[in-house]
Amino acid sequence: MAGKVKWVTDIEKSVLINNFEKRGWVQVTENEDWNFYWMSVQTIRNVFSVETGYRLSDDQIVNHFPNHYELTRKDLMVKNIKRYRKELEKEGSPLAEKDENGKYLYLFVSQSNKEAYVISLYINNPLLIGGRKFDLRLYVLVSTYRPLRCYMYKLGFCRFCTVKYTPSTSELDNMFVHLTNVAIQKHGDDYNHIHGGKWTVSNLRLYLESTRGKEVTSKLFDEIHWIIVQSLKAVAVNASPSLTSSTANDRILKYNLINDTLNIAVPNGEIPDCKWNKSPPKEVLGNYEILYDEELAQGDGADRELRSRQGQSQGPRAGRSRDSGRAVLTTWK
Amino acid sequence: MLQEESDLSLIIAQIVQKLKGSNLYSQLERQAWASLQRPEIKLESLKEDIKEFFKISGWEKKLQNAVYSELSVFPLPSHPAAPPEHLKEPLVYMRKAQGSWEKRILKSLNSMCTELSIPLARKRPVGEQKELLNKWNEMGTDEPDLSLFRPVYAPKDFLEVLINLRNPNYENGDSLSFRTHLGLIQVPLKVKDIPELKECFVELGLNTGQLGIDDSTQVPPELFENEHVRIGQKVLAEQDSAAAQQYIRQGSPTALRAELWALILNISSEPEDVLYYEQLKTNVIQHDLLVDSLIYKDVKLTASNDDYYFVFEDYLYQVLLCFSRDTSVLSHFAYNSASPPKSYIRGKLGLEEYAVFYPPNGVIPFHGFSMYVAPLCFLYHEPSKLYQIFREMYVRFFFRLHSISSHPSGIVSLCLLFETLLQTYLPQLFYHLREIGAQPLRISFKWMVRAFSGYLATDQLLLLWDRILGYNSLEILAVLAAAVFAFRAVNLMEVTSLAAAEAVLADLSTLKVMPLLQIFLFATVT
Repeated sequence: MAGKVKWVTDIEKSVLINNFEKRGWVQVTENEDWNFYWMSVQTIRNVFSVETGYRLSDDQIVNHFPNHYELTRKDLMVKNIKRYRKELEKEGSPLAEKDENGKYLYLFVSQSNKEAYVISLYINNPLLIGGRKFDLRLYVLVSTYRPLRCYMYKLGFCRFCTVKYTPSTSELDNMFVHLTNVAIQKHGDDYNHIHGGKWTVSNLRLYLESTRGKEVTSKLFDEIHWIIVQSLKAVAVNASPSLTSSTANDRILKYNLINDTLNIAVPNGEIPDCKWNKSPPKEVLGNYEILYDEELAQGDGADRELRSRQGQSQGPRAGRSRDSGRAVLTTWK
Repeated sequence: MLQEESDLSLIIAQIVQKLKGSNLYSQLERQAWASLQRPEIKLESLKEDIKEFFKISGWEKKLQNAVYSELSVFPLPSHPAAPPEHLKEPLVYMRKAQGSWEKRILKSLNSMCTELSIPLARKRPVGEQKELLNKWNEMGTDEPDLSLFRPVYAPKDFLEVLINLRNPNYENGDSLSFRTHLGLIQVPLKVKDIPELKECFVELGLNTGQLGIDDSTQVPPELFENEHVRIGQKVLAEQDSAAAQQYIRQGSPTALRAELWALILNISSEPEDVLYYEQLKTNVIQHDLLVDSLIYKDVKLTASNDDYYFVFEDYLYQVLLCFSRDTSVLSHFAYNSASPPKSYIRGKLGLEEYAVFYPPNGVIPFHGFSMYVAPLCFLYHEPSKLYQIFREMYVRFFFRLHSISSHPSGIVSLCLLFETLLQTYLPQLFYHLREIGAQPLRISFKWMVRAFSGYLATDQLLLLWDRILGYNSLEILAVLAAAVFAFRAVNLMEVTSLAAAEAVLADLSTLKVMPLLQIFLFATVT
């Protein structure tokens, strides 16, 4: 009978440790024989840097791909997009269109003094809800890169600005209006400790369908999913999501997120085996949905990307927290 | 059938009378005059031709919708000689109870006024007016000191009043029998039992497709959803209120809901309506009312802390502050057992010429009132439309949830319906809860008073309110409350205190209302 999975982490977060312990996994140190290492970003860099030449053995997995940070740093994204675009050109994809000067149409990079700056186009008429700007926090898990298999967590959320949006330039100085990062919002006077200004994505969907109609909303979500898949194809992976929880609701969400993540990444709780490469069965997905499965896609001949039929049926799980005890999801006490 | 005929002609006369004063009437007049230019209108057959023109141009449909709207809202007169109080509430003891309750509320409001030395109303100085106008879209950022204000009453205060209601003509006898009602409500009103509810809510049956059940991801959309959406679009194209009301009994597709509700409530956003709303806004800017602080406090305590509705905080002020000043709301008191509170200009107490209604719309908000508006923000983001929809929802439905009356959709009947359903179909559970001092109504009352707003997930709430509109009745709230208890019966049987029972029923956010209702009504052995 196979032994228990041995785990290590250098991030002391309860949402992680409780998930490992509940599976009966054994904690070890990094010098010992380990199967699963949840690494911080710093450790990843050291582990996979050229100098150390560290190689994972067949029964080891970690929570990041080596070049994960390429997805989250805009400058590296540019490099990857350029390279990806060359590939797309070979395939004849419209993304690789060039204008009459032979310059690529869809990306602008400003160069001055040999330093390349990336300027993202600032949209000054963003979609507002209740007069506020918001951003989307979506969790995507990539279990294998070749073939590309990625999953989107259904319970993503939006984070709202506490202050009303105004396009006037004087407000450009007001950080609270334009940036929605929770870390910054927390220091604004208006920060409400009970809910941290968040909505679930399914709530957002309900609102958009109700006020703008189904076609537009479905198109929006399709496009978001498409962008995600394309970005992943251009690079590889995901960086470290924040595991600090700001509210009780948040803790529950992240706990369940890690739970579902581990169910997919370490199936059946068995010691990982890199030869095991099958798609996991539907039941283990939990709150993840298949975003893109290259194997399935190539098998069908059709792109099996995430359908827009997400609807409300799963219900906004990370909903009200007026109390203790939730019938379905684990409580956090 | 002379009686029926005379009843019908009376109803027709009343509706005509009502519509004569409406905007629609003047529009129809204008259209009729304008149509005289048309070639197909001939002098010899003027009447028929104009009628035909109205039919083709859709104006007849608008008139039909208006008539239908009146029929839905206005109660049918029981007898031509019935005095106006009977229209408000036929039973004397109910009228009296409502009167006493109102006196108490007013006393509470006045004493708060005196304690805090704040006038009921005051004109704002020009500087303050300017400031408020600038801040109109973000009144939520204001942090006035509301610590001294308290809500005029909370649902549980109201419940105590209802518990003490008695019909002086009704003799129950001292001996307990199987007829004895074991709940908190002790008035003999007629409520439906499950067989009658099944007849009434026949479209919720197991063999009929429903949104909220048959649109889940496991069910292929070809089976029900696609066709239902198609029919919904057709109903909207026809602009037929009655058809929309029938259609929505099976639930509304998300994308069509805003329009369907507007059609059923007969709301169209004419320029006059927008203007009217702007006028109300001006009233808010110019005068400050004491109830404004109550509204602020309520929003801050309830909607601002809600996971779904916190985003719409500012809309709530924009709707509720205007609502308080809307004197057109006063007309609903003709069929509401409540009456608007009267206030007198300083020093002129008792002199009718110096009496004003306070607040101008006659409605004093209580704790949780803003939750009636909050779910609507998911459907309408244009303030004047949002306002109109809310106002209509209030004068058709919500007012019944906090006034004492014998109406089948009134809160008293709903409470009695809830308790009777529980006692009849879940006697063991009911008895157990009673024994441990956890009378079920004490837990479910707040759900019903708020029409479940703030307790259910938004998408579920909207599916529930679809059916309120579809059946033009609030009885479904009582049925759902009973269905929730039935669903959690196993856990409830194990609790031994009111607090523990409350805990079992504290979180309804994961419930799916349509399956619960269906199972309770159609799949439980009775």
